Amino acid sequence: MTAMATALDTTPFVRLTSVTKRFGSAAPALDAVAGDILGGRITGIVGPDGAGKTTLIRLMTALMLPDAGSVEVLGYDTRSDPAGIQASIGYMPQRFGLYEDLSVQENLDLYADLRGLPKSERSRTFGELLEFTDLARFTTRLAGKLSGGMKQKLGLACALLRKPRLLLLDEPGVGVDPISRRDLWKMVENLKAEGIGVVWSTAYLEEAEACDHVFLLNQGRLLFSGPPAEMTGRVENRVFRLSGIRGRRREKLAHFLEMEGVVDGVIQGEAIRLVMKPGLQPFQSREATGAYCAAVTPPRFEDAFVDMLGGGPGGRSRLAETQRAFASEDGRSVIEARGLTKRFGDFTAADNITFDIPRGEIFGLLGPNGAGKSTTFKMLCGLLTPTAGDGRVAGFDLRRDAPAARNRLGYMAQKFSLYGDLSVIQNLNFFAGVYGLAGARKRERIALMGEIFDFRSVLDMSAKDLPLGVKQRLALACAVLHEPEVLFLDEPTSGVDPITRREFWTHINGLVEKGVTVLVTTHFMDEAEYCDRISLIYRGRSIALGSPDEMKARIASEDLPDPTMEDAFIALVQGSEAKDAA
Amino acid sequence: MWWTRLKALIVKELLAVLRDPKGRTILIGPPIIQLLVFSYAATLEVTDVDIMVLNRDNGQWSQELIQLVGGSPTFRSIELASSPAEVRLAIDTQRVIAAVEIGPTFSRDIEAGRPAEVQLILDGRRSNGSQIVSGYLGRIVSTLAAETPAGKRAPSETVQVVARNWFNPNLTYQWFMVPNLVASIALLIGLIVTALSVARERELGTFDQLIVSPLRTHEILLGKLIPPMMIGLFHITIYILAAVFVFGVPLRGSLFLLYGSAVFYLAAVVGLGLFISALSKTQQQAILGAFLFMVPAMLLSGFATPIENMPSWLQPVTLINPLRYFLVIVKGVFLKDIPLYEVVHQTLPLCLIAIVTLSSAAWLFRKRLE
Repeated sequence: MTAMATALDTTPFVRLTSVTKRFGSAAPALDAVAGDILGGRITGIVGPDGAGKTTLIRLMTALMLPDAGSVEVLGYDTRSDPAGIQASIGYMPQRFGLYEDLSVQENLDLYADLRGLPKSERSRTFGELLEFTDLARFTTRLAGKLSGGMKQKLGLACALLRKPRLLLLDEPGVGVDPISRRDLWKMVENLKAEGIGVVWSTAYLEEAEACDHVFLLNQGRLLFSGPPAEMTGRVENRVFRLSGIRGRRREKLAHFLEMEGVVDGVIQGEAIRLVMKPGLQPFQSREATGAYCAAVTPPRFEDAFVDMLGGGPGGRSRLAETQRAFASEDGRSVIEARGLTKRFGDFTAADNITFDIPRGEIFGLLGPNGAGKSTTFKMLCGLLTPTAGDGRVAGFDLRRDAPAARNRLGYMAQKFSLYGDLSVIQNLNFFAGVYGLAGARKRERIALMGEIFDFRSVLDMSAKDLPLGVKQRLALACAVLHEPEVLFLDEPTSGVDPITRREFWTHINGLVEKGVTVLVTTHFMDEAEYCDRISLIYRGRSIALGSPDEMKARIASEDLPDPTMEDAFIALVQGSEAKDAA
Repeated sequence: MWWTRLKALIVKELLAVLRDPKGRTILIGPPIIQLLVFSYAATLEVTDVDIMVLNRDNGQWSQELIQLVGGSPTFRSIELASSPAEVRLAIDTQRVIAAVEIGPTFSRDIEAGRPAEVQLILDGRRSNGSQIVSGYLGRIVSTLAAETPAGKRAPSETVQVVARNWFNPNLTYQWFMVPNLVASIALLIGLIVTALSVARERELGTFDQLIVSPLRTHEILLGKLIPPMMIGLFHITIYILAAVFVFGVPLRGSLFLLYGSAVFYLAAVVGLGLFISALSKTQQQAILGAFLFMVPAMLLSGFATPIENMPSWLQPVTLINPLRYFLVIVKGVFLKDIPLYEVVHQTLPLCLIAIVTLSSAAWLFRKRLE
């Protein structure tokens, strides 16, 4: 047994030799990627959207062939023997290849037929898999009616019907709530113990930390290959948590980010998290920054990624500097939700959601996909009519009151939703026109956006051909062109690289300092910590409301003195379920 | 202020169509294909057909008849058959469209002044063509009849019919077809461009952007209405130019009346397109919906077959078809100098249809926003 395990360890399951893949004339999707993937381990393929993760996985399935270099899987070359590979791997594509109109059992039967699973083995295999995935109760339910987490589990079960030697999972964590994500992870750990090689691709950097080995991709290039600890090791003792800050922490953060020696920094609840250059301490100018206490804190994968990319973009936001300030006049809330409820048939998507957002606050709606945060968000910005309750923005009900009131809000949709066939400048012109900007002011604002976001070289490019990061900047530019006092951001940084994400939040932080109020939905736990307050949405209800630190403090215990946001989320969800059951 | 917003919408809408390669294809491809197919290929005239003659008569008159048939430019070739079986085979295999059978006593009967008979066998599968061929042959036979001794003896008894085709003296097929196409291309383009526009925005998620902007619903509607109308007018213009300069169709009426009524016609069509668009979730559904309307609309318009020939229960259905009214105007403006009151008479229903389609599109729009 031991001998066999050693043998498995030494022969790589996948051998990538300077793999290059191009689509059209664009920069290569994968550029000379090399490395080995071993059995009995979880190998993470980590990187932002468009980094080349899916391409790499598809090359390993032999569904696609490399332009240069070679991919060898389980001893077969993908060029010469794709059938040999496909017979012994399990593959779960990003959009689960499930048939939504078939039940769980019918999906399993279908895949068993497709994979040629002998009839005699079926009942045993199905039983095992249904138990493994905890789906036994739902065999008659249509796959389309399952939650995101259950769909992924079913997809995994289908991929495991004939126990593969190598399991390829393409972003299994997308759209899955943290609890299901932990379940999935546990299942994969069990497989790994059996000696199966698991490849797990992800854009969530915190998932990278749990892998045994990581391939970090950015823009088609392999930035790092090795155990995640080696990656985080490069910023060991350079990450500090600054707590006890008096005054406005976002202003402080902007100040720090401009300082020599600061590589990266983000808001973390009430505190600030800084990554310093080697050998430097964030103490140099105590008088300028006020009293705080800085403590070395364990590094995260993201800290190391930003460090590797040469640090964040600095703390200055020219966007915020040119923005007019909104003073809070009467202390009234800018956004109010009063018992917002939305029912679709007998399904309650949002149930009695109530909160207030004062001026100059970032408020987050945190929850997994399908929990109801988008529904709540849409009711507030006037895209959906509430079944009951009402929502007000700057004192207006956006569905009933004058459309001019909508001039006060800026909106950035979840997926890129500008006009892809229009060029950058045409998009800017359109949004300026729609928000009533004309003449000199229009030219001025558009020129300013061009400068701030550096669109000069891409002005005539079609928006759909822009790189992801530039698309995201353009979406922000179009949303703030008319200097709105309220910003609605729906999953604004989903899948973008950490540098673009830093830049984005620098602008948002700056705008908030000017009195802009921000409502943001997110399923990133660490992004939730950039907010002043969050509402935790789960199954249509707000199960907790408060600052990120309050939430973490609520569940802190002796076993877990310093819980993460994800720990807090899981504990609060479990607490609310326990309360429901009682 | 509202003009700034509306202008932005119109410019965006035109750019969205023109910058999208698929959109450009839709604007250029179908119009050219339609012009070529309908004006050259899909002709309703019968020329160059083959017929067969089974002559069982040996006299002079049968030879005379065959000569006359052979001299007609309509027929490409005349085959002589020797037996009824041969005729049957030729018709069965569609080698000929018709056969003329001359009986053994044909010349004798004529000489004797008795009624002589010619049998005509037609291919009923090609009903339209054989009807026309039968007409041609009938005319040839009556020409011959006038030459016979009996015919010469009684010229005063026959009433001579002299046909004179007004507005299209030579019955040039393209004079009839190309003006029709001006109306049908506007229907095609107006419907497809509009149907796609809302569905495309919904598919891409940009529709939400419009709704959260300060645009009012009627501004969004106007912004969706005007660009396809502009595109439709552009195509109408191209087709009018082609009609006059390529096909030599006379333009006898007032262009002002034509364009004036075209605005209402396009408004009615675009209203329908918006309605379809508001109903569809995807661009595919929108295209399918547009064609689902377009095919019956073409058939029930008087485009190819006169409305008066349709069963009486079906005729009222054509009253809601905008194409029906605009066809009358277009043909009137081209071929006869259609008077103003007649144009108004046809434009009023168009106006009514436009009001109904646009307001129901607006209603559906609002409802879909819920």
